[in-house]
Amino acid sequence: PQIDKRYGLGRAAHPEEIAAWDVDILPDGRGLPEGSGDVWTGEEVYVDYCASCHGDFAEGVDNWPVLAGGFDTLGNKDPVKTVGSYWPYLSTVWDYVHRSMPFGAAGTLTVDETYAIVAYLLYSNDMVDDDFVLSRETFTDVQMHNADGFVVDDRAEAEYAEWRAEPCMENCKDTVEITMRSVFLVETPPEGGSNSV
Amino acid sequence: MDDTFKPSRRAFLRGSAAVAAGSVAGAAAATGPDPLITELQDWTSYTGVGVDETPYGMPISFESHVVRRNVEWLTASPISSINFTPIHALEGTITPQGCAFERHHSGAIELAKPDYRLMINGLVDQPLVFTYDDLERFPRENHVYFCECAANTGMEWAGAQLNGVQFTHGMIHNMEYTGVPLRILLNEAGADMSADKWVYVEGADASSNGRSIPMEKALDDVLVAFKANGEALRMEHGYPVRLVVPGWEGNMWVKWLRRIEVTDMAVESREETSKYTDVLEDGTARKWTWEMDAKSVITSPSPQMPIKHGAGPLVISGLAWSGHGKIARVDVSKDGGITWETARLGKQGDTKALTRFYLDMEWDGAPMLLQSRAMDDTGYVQPTKEQLREKRGENSVYHNNCIQTWYVNSQGIAENVEVS
Repeated sequence: PQIDKRYGLGRAAHPEEIAAWDVDILPDGRGLPEGSGDVWTGEEVYVDYCASCHGDFAEGVDNWPVLAGGFDTLGNKDPVKTVGSYWPYLSTVWDYVHRSMPFGAAGTLTVDETYAIVAYLLYSNDMVDDDFVLSRETFTDVQMHNADGFVVDDRAEAEYAEWRAEPCMENCKDTVEITMRSVFLVETPPEGGSNSV
Repeated sequence: MDDTFKPSRRAFLRGSAAVAAGSVAGAAAATGPDPLITELQDWTSYTGVGVDETPYGMPISFESHVVRRNVEWLTASPISSINFTPIHALEGTITPQGCAFERHHSGAIELAKPDYRLMINGLVDQPLVFTYDDLERFPRENHVYFCECAANTGMEWAGAQLNGVQFTHGMIHNMEYTGVPLRILLNEAGADMSADKWVYVEGADASSNGRSIPMEKALDDVLVAFKANGEALRMEHGYPVRLVVPGWEGNMWVKWLRRIEVTDMAVESREETSKYTDVLEDGTARKWTWEMDAKSVITSPSPQMPIKHGAGPLVISGLAWSGHGKIARVDVSKDGGITWETARLGKQGDTKALTRFYLDMEWDGAPMLLQSRAMDDTGYVQPTKEQLREKRGENSVYHNNCIQTWYVNSQGIAENVEVS
């Protein structure tokens, strides 16, 4: 089909409609609404809406996500990836909390509540002092710990260049040994595994 | 079990005996006339059910094992979770929608067509709102593509974990989609389509699942789809409208699609920062790892599909796919990668779609270490897990396209293993 043809379908979006749905925040802070929230207000709101899953100190309950700590563990055997240790942009924290949290009642936090909760999360991660007030103006004052921790996909150079070669077909190795077996683990649901066959 | 895989002379002799026994047993266990043939059966005498019985049918009860399955310990809540396609039991390439895997971040929502709205805004001449009926008036295309979760095989990074191909490789489905090319909708709104622009796409569900897609891909082959395998999308697959992003990680196939925003930079949403970024051994992480690399797996024999028929003719069946294009070739090894032979493609799949492969063999009853190795039409060869770990370590979570090994013992039982 022609890309340059217009079909005259759809209708103009009203500004109110765009405002209702276009709530994403860009890494440079564009999209942030007017408002503010401080750490102590954030703690109160956080305890009401978030702590039952994420813990009073953002440490996580049961299997629910840990939001604080884990600094400098990303190269470890078991990295702890939190808002503090891993997330590169503060915009994402505000955007995600405001739009998709609390789990099961998303979209119910006010702008000020969101600013306050995010301020509390920063405090929980030792990234701001307890008198910090987060707003559109102070947003860029916050330094994210892992802001430089990401590289754009480099598989083309790091992997594909090497792995686009005619593979070995015969005598590719001398011996083969089994080094690990899944049947020593118990995690596979029994109705799906070989034991039930 | 002997951990060294060298078929011994004794194993070979045992295998030969099994072949001899198998050829007798293979003749329909004929010790006498078969009552299934000599006696009148109910289904040959009585009538079956009428045509009004099932206006929309389900598989026959004997196939009740061919279902999606969950692994509870993988996630904190079944609402933001994953289940698995029973690829061990399927054939060909098209996944039946009813058992095609699901991955939700805030559950499968019920969104009726009359309530559906799609907005295009941002860097466009005219922000637009479409109804579902509007979308059905644009020119349509049909394409078959695989949708593979970025986390497929992700539990296997550190070792052999789950004993079944449904669980190790079942975060995938392959459907024939009908929809409108995204570029047509972007053009309708007068979008800025210059190469440095992005589209941010999000769903109508609470999680929103927002992702950023570079303009080049948006204009290339992305579909706004409303039908799959001939019928409307299933609720759990995004009814009534989802995004189809050929060759790219499943997370970007936004379901219940409600908004497309043209932006001048990536949004760097939660699903492309906290999630769907791949931690390397040094603690840095790759972002925007969109393409799914060439991959394959033998679906039978596999832990859920043991060999029950003894020695003799055996069909090795499997799937191969690549996010970079078509599958050019699949090699199969029976000895853990020492020797390889090229398999036969059942039906050449479309670009960025599942391809079926077969290797027809005579099994002598000796243990096997089965592997498959896909090659795509860019020349890329599916790597071993060792090769992947060497580049990435064990904490990438996503994009594990390693060669899978099944150990098949002399009883025909198959097991998920790693080999040297």
